[in-house]
Amino acid sequence: MNATRRGFLQGLIGGGALVIGAPLLGPVRLLAQEATTFKPSLWVAIAIDGTVTIFAHRSEMGTGIRTCLPAVLADELEADLKRVKIEQALGDEAYGSQNTDGSRSVRDFFQTMREVGASARQMLEQAAAKTWGVPAGECRASLHAVHHGPSKRSLAFGALVAKAATLKAPAQEALRLKKPSEWRYIGHDFPSYDAPAIVRGEAVFGADVSLPGMKFVTVARSPVLGGSLVSHDAKATLKVQGVERVVVLKAFTAPHTFQALGGVAVVATSTWAAMQGLRALSTSWKKGPNASYDSTTFRKALLKSVSSPGKSVRQSGDAKKAIGSAAKRLSGDYTTPLLAHATMEPPCALVHVTKSGCEVWAPNQNPQGARDTVAATLGLKKEQVKVHTTLLGGGFGRKSKPDFIAEAALVSREIGAPVRVVWTREDDLRHGYYHAPAAIHCEAGLDEKGQIQGWLLRTAFSSITSTFAPGRTEPAPFELMMGVTDLPYAVEDLRCESCPAPAHVRIGWLRSVCNIFHVFGTSSFVDELANAAGVDSADFLLQALGKPRLLSLGSEVKYPNYGKSLKEYPIDIGRLRGVVEAVKKSAWGRKLPKGHGLGIAAHRSFHSYVAVVVEASVSRDGEVRVERVDLVIDLGTVVNPDRVRAQMEGSVIFGLSLALWGEITTKGGQVVQSNFHDYPVARMSQAPKTINVTLVKSDLPPGGAGEPAVPPIAPALANAIFAACGQRLRDLPLRPA
Amino acid sequence: MIPALEEVHVKLKINGELRDLSHVDPQTPLLWALRDGAGLTGPKFGCGMGLCGACTVHVDGQAARSCLLPLGQVGEREVTTIEGLSPDGSHPLQKAWVELGVAQCGYCQVGQIMSAASLLRENPKPSDDEIDAAMSGNICRCGTYGRIRAAIHLAAKEGAK
Repeated sequence: MNATRRGFLQGLIGGGALVIGAPLLGPVRLLAQEATTFKPSLWVAIAIDGTVTIFAHRSEMGTGIRTCLPAVLADELEADLKRVKIEQALGDEAYGSQNTDGSRSVRDFFQTMREVGASARQMLEQAAAKTWGVPAGECRASLHAVHHGPSKRSLAFGALVAKAATLKAPAQEALRLKKPSEWRYIGHDFPSYDAPAIVRGEAVFGADVSLPGMKFVTVARSPVLGGSLVSHDAKATLKVQGVERVVVLKAFTAPHTFQALGGVAVVATSTWAAMQGLRALSTSWKKGPNASYDSTTFRKALLKSVSSPGKSVRQSGDAKKAIGSAAKRLSGDYTTPLLAHATMEPPCALVHVTKSGCEVWAPNQNPQGARDTVAATLGLKKEQVKVHTTLLGGGFGRKSKPDFIAEAALVSREIGAPVRVVWTREDDLRHGYYHAPAAIHCEAGLDEKGQIQGWLLRTAFSSITSTFAPGRTEPAPFELMMGVTDLPYAVEDLRCESCPAPAHVRIGWLRSVCNIFHVFGTSSFVDELANAAGVDSADFLLQALGKPRLLSLGSEVKYPNYGKSLKEYPIDIGRLRGVVEAVKKSAWGRKLPKGHGLGIAAHRSFHSYVAVVVEASVSRDGEVRVERVDLVIDLGTVVNPDRVRAQMEGSVIFGLSLALWGEITTKGGQVVQSNFHDYPVARMSQAPKTINVTLVKSDLPPGGAGEPAVPPIAPALANAIFAACGQRLRDLPLRPA
Repeated sequence: MIPALEEVHVKLKINGELRDLSHVDPQTPLLWALRDGAGLTGPKFGCGMGLCGACTVHVDGQAARSCLLPLGQVGEREVTTIEGLSPDGSHPLQKAWVELGVAQCGYCQVGQIMSAASLLRENPKPSDDEIDAAMSGNICRCGTYGRIRAAIHLAAKEGAK
């Protein structure tokens, strides 16, 4: 169906949105019913004072998407961005997917936003034409007004509202999209809508929303996944000033998916009382089968898993034979640990269950998913659950799992009052949806000329699918697509295998997902091959990538390609070579002080191509310093270059954090780490002084920005450490001796 | 077992106003008195251990981690939160932050700005290393450190005019 017309109809049905923040219970704006408003679709409304309101349906966790997609619409609409008000949309299918992960907001909605904007613009132009009695073709919208060139007349958008509201939306085939050369926002830097509120402390995050009569809740959860509560003693808890009661929440039924974990909830009149009450609570748990989970032993089991043949997931030629007959043979085993998202804002949610339904205010990456989980938790129809998305104090994948919202819903229903559930940092690190631990095995041969001759790649990691199908030990194609089945190197004899691995904690996706461990393994290994061949690492990387071409995987390979067709988004080795050549030119081969080294790595993920050069130094006592990072990304069409640069800078820091310090360990099934002292992330003094980011100019379809720069950081750093001090580190986090 | 503490009326000077926070346990960290008691949600909770700096406010002009500081120890001292840093977001740091597009998710930025304001008060022209030293108690998981550093330099330049 015509997206614009569909939006128009749904706009009428869907009604308006409540502004999150003060006044919370203020009047609901039913824009569609106001005669003084032109609301041509559910995405946009224009008021007679000229204010253009655009609804942001994706969650803002720092990428700037809450500004960027509305700016695309505003661009096609010819609205002045300074006169645009952005409102956060409720969870509603009418918008399409609101699941803000996979770096796909721009990819999936760039075209929709353009069409919605163009449609509204054409209706305003038509309204002006009718007013003046001139052909619509002679009317042109520009910066919040429609102009008639021949008679030099103009009408502001606001003045056209009444007439435009009576018009039909144009058919899709009649839409006239602007030429890229006419874009005034797309492709140009523009500031984030929320920046002024953020610096004044007025931006509304999850725990900044309050309701009258709201209770503050903390929860004691089983320290081991799947454990059950044996007993609890709340005597001391109930003596804490401000604690009102404790509520037992029943444990989830497997599979855990996004359900609340269950446990004992402490209900109080303030956050501090809830936290003190939790500290005073005594609980005893039957730990269950996951109590045997020890991360050190598990790492060995993963290495064992990749030491024998697994299931073939991509194959060409005869890798075993080719490697066996090679002049030189190399192999390497790489491991990576569990990681936690550690968003600066720990999970939190405000939920109010009433007789008729339930209303949620929470930092979440997926309001429709949150709504469905809450509905299932409470046995409500999804129409009875309304989900407001606040700003997210970081997401990285954690806040697409609404378990913490379901928790608040259970307590609110039980006590009959609005409830704000607050997770402490300890809760966050110990009850996460962890990034999987992994082992990667690489084996390859080199011929006399230093060319790769045969490659065997094996992977074993706890699969995200275990969160939905307990006991599952096989990875899914979407996980193998991230760095295994898309291995870009020109190797005729190739075999990629997946090996089994169980899961004993909740496994989830974390910024760039399986690319992290796969690219750490394969990009480190390419550097090992370069050194074994005696060839410059950057030259070897280009040689290994081979000629510019579209990578052909063979029909037997299950390759979901991040949800898009290979025709629209091929694996373009030419583009990957392009970013490597660019970063080589700008950052490679420069003279360095003693004890410093350069490392290079490149990868395509989320339909974007990234190459990175890291300069690192290693002190005598093994301290690593990252001095400078150069990064080149080719992500096709860019909406806001400044926000892409910000994502690149942030990805570098995120990648360095996981490369140098990121490690969650378990003993007896329990997570050992508890706060930033034992789960450190990069601080300012540890961040590189220089991060140079280059965006390749391109008019190809847009690629992702939030995630694709993370994967190459860790291997580039490992390669730089090798160049600096000769130590080849194959395990994350990187710890030189 | 935690002994129940006497409820007292605590009077605090916050952003130039004397606020009466009744029925508050004096052991309550300042952060929660500000957020839950005084309705000032600018300062954020990040760790509860003074490790991340998201809760940074000023006590007599000096940066302090409000998640650790018991209310009873604040006494007569003047508390300034981001809401009181400038009347309209016009502090040179706030302006520099917007101009350079520092914030990503924004959650830690209030604490970052408060730490930076305390630094500039003591050292109007800090070097990179001095900035790093003063700001390393504030974590930004989005990784905006480079822009924070640049914004502090920019504000220092503006402030000197």
